[in-house]
This record gives sequence, C-alpha cells and structure tokens, in this order.
Amino acid sequence: MTWLVVIGLAVGTLALRLLGPWLGRGGGDGRFARVVQLVPAAMVAALVVIGTFDGEGGLRVDARAAGVGAGVVALLLRAPMLVVVGVAAGTAAALRWFGLA
Amino acid sequence: MNTWESAMTTDRHDPLRAALPVAVACGLIGASFGSLAAASGVGAGKAIAMSSLVFAGGSQFAALGVLASGGSALAAVASGLLLNARYAAFGAALSELLPAGPMRRLAAAHLLIDESAAMALAEPDAARARRTYWGAGVAIFVLWNLGTAAGVWAGSRMGDPAAFGLDAALPAAMLAILAPMLRSEQARLAAAAGGAVALVLAMFAPAGVPVMGASFGAVVALAAGGGAAGEAS
Repeated sequence: MTWLVVIGLAVGTLALRLLGPWLGRGGGDGRFARVVQLVPAAMVAALVVIGTFDGEGGLRVDARAAGVGAGVVALLLRAPMLVVVGVAAGTAAALRWFGLA
Repeated sequence: MNTWESAMTTDRHDPLRAALPVAVACGLIGASFGSLAAASGVGAGKAIAMSSLVFAGGSQFAALGVLASGGSALAAVASGLLLNARYAAFGAALSELLPAGPMRRLAAAHLLIDESAAMALAEPDAARARRTYWGAGVAIFVLWNLGTAAGVWAGSRMGDPAAFGLDAALPAAMLAILAPMLRSEQARLAAAAGGAVALVLAMFAPAGVPVMGASFGAVVALAAGGGAAGEAS
C-alpha cells in the first residue's frame, strides 16, 4: 500500500461526507439515493467472492474458502462480526495445521 | 428535587454512555483491521493514518482487499470511495443537524459513519440527535484508532499470516459487513449480481477490475430494473 491510497481515500471520503449536507439543502434526487444504497451490497459481495476464491491467474478453492464457509455458518447462527471472523480464521488455520487443505 | 430529577434525566440520555457498547465493538473491529493491515505488509504508520484520516471501516477493509488481491492503488481508492458514496446520502438526511461554522462542519463531517448517523437519526428531537451524533462519533473515533494501533502492534508480531488463517479473516469480515445490508429484495439482487460478475471477471480480468466491474454492472442493471418496476406498479 502506498501513501497514495491513504491520502486519496481520505480526501475523497471527506469530500463525499461534505457533499451530503449540500445535496440535502438542494433536495437530493431519489434516484441517486437508491443507487447509492445498492452499491455497497454489490461491491462488498464482490469483495467476499474475490477474497475467498481469487488465486494466481484464476480461481482457487482451499483452506481459505473452507474458513469463509465456516464464517457463513457462524453468520447464519447470528454470531457477531468478531466471532464470524474468528471462526473463519480459526477454521482455515486448523485445516492447514492438520494438513487437510 | 427538580434539579435532581433533571440531572437524572440528563444522565439517562447521556449520549456517550449510549454509544459506548457500539464504540467498543468498533474498537475491536479496528483491531482486526490493524492486525490484517500489518499482516498484509502495510506499514504501521500507514495503517494508523488510514484509520484516523479515512475513518470508514468498510472502505478501509475494501482497499486492503483490493491491494491484497494484487489490485492497483487507483483501484483500491476507487473501490473505497464507491463504498463511501452512501455517506453523501446519510449527510443529506442529517444536514439539519450539522453545525454552521466551517471548522465545526469539517469535524462533524469527518465523524459521519453508519453508526453515528443511525444513532442520531433514531433520536426523537434535534437537540438530542445533535448530542448523540457528536458523542457517538467522538467515542467511536477514539476507540477505532486505539483499536487499530493495538491491532497493528499484535499483527506485526505474528509470523506467517496464512498459518493463523488471516487470509480467510478478510473475506469473512466483508461477509459480516454484507449481511445487515441484505434486508431488501433489491439489495439481495445487487449482492448476487455483484458476486456473480466478480466471479466471472476474476477468471480473466486483471486484479482490482472484478470488484469495480461487479459494482457498476450490478447497479446499472438494478437502477434500470428498479425504475421499470416502479413505473409498472
């Protein structure tokens, strides 16, 4: 990671945060709000998929994917975020430790 | 007696006390950001600067995820900003609460996150909403940054991150961020489309492209679909 990422994200995010009140006074467009509400769901889902299966030049299913799968189970059991993360990391670590994946 | 009663009432509506559990949870998530950043080779200074200057967890994890999958700095920034576009919508809803002076407005804007916005919007009147906004924002900011620093310290003392399953921790964190977003049918559609497009793009597109491509594709498709559905009903 370069400082470019830190500064670029910081400046851009502050601009977005300042944009809101300005939009609010001008009467924000409903269409903009609808699209903005859907971006995070599509993008975070993409990040989950990439983070779980992305490998060198293609897709890869290994201990990491199994760990995320265990995280899904924890999530379905309504575990809080930290438990979900802990279960995923613990499962992947255990599978590697026992040489299963 | 009156003074006592009003003191009790004020005490019960103490915004800092109400925000504390949320702030502690954010601090722990900040610690996981710090340890993941350190494990992915991000310097301590950059990870801590990111938490204080960006102060938006989802986009910080997203930028880390794009970089971890080999994406460019530009793709990391663009993904993070796309995720933070919702702050413009929150800010529009909160515009009545934000102070007038330029410095105070800047500080208030920087404290705008999902939690502070949600807690302020849940308050019945403007005065309480304003106090809740500042109380929650400041408490979360402090614990988020303390958590990040602690996480960086712990993460930099770990050996091979994969041995601890940390490569599974980042997508699992994103998954936990995703789950509460899936309340509406449209959001579930957007997530399914985004995941599917990313999976296909991951097979041949360069790193960083799948995430961006997925969000644009899904949102354009849904904006068209949503508009048509709205007109039909």
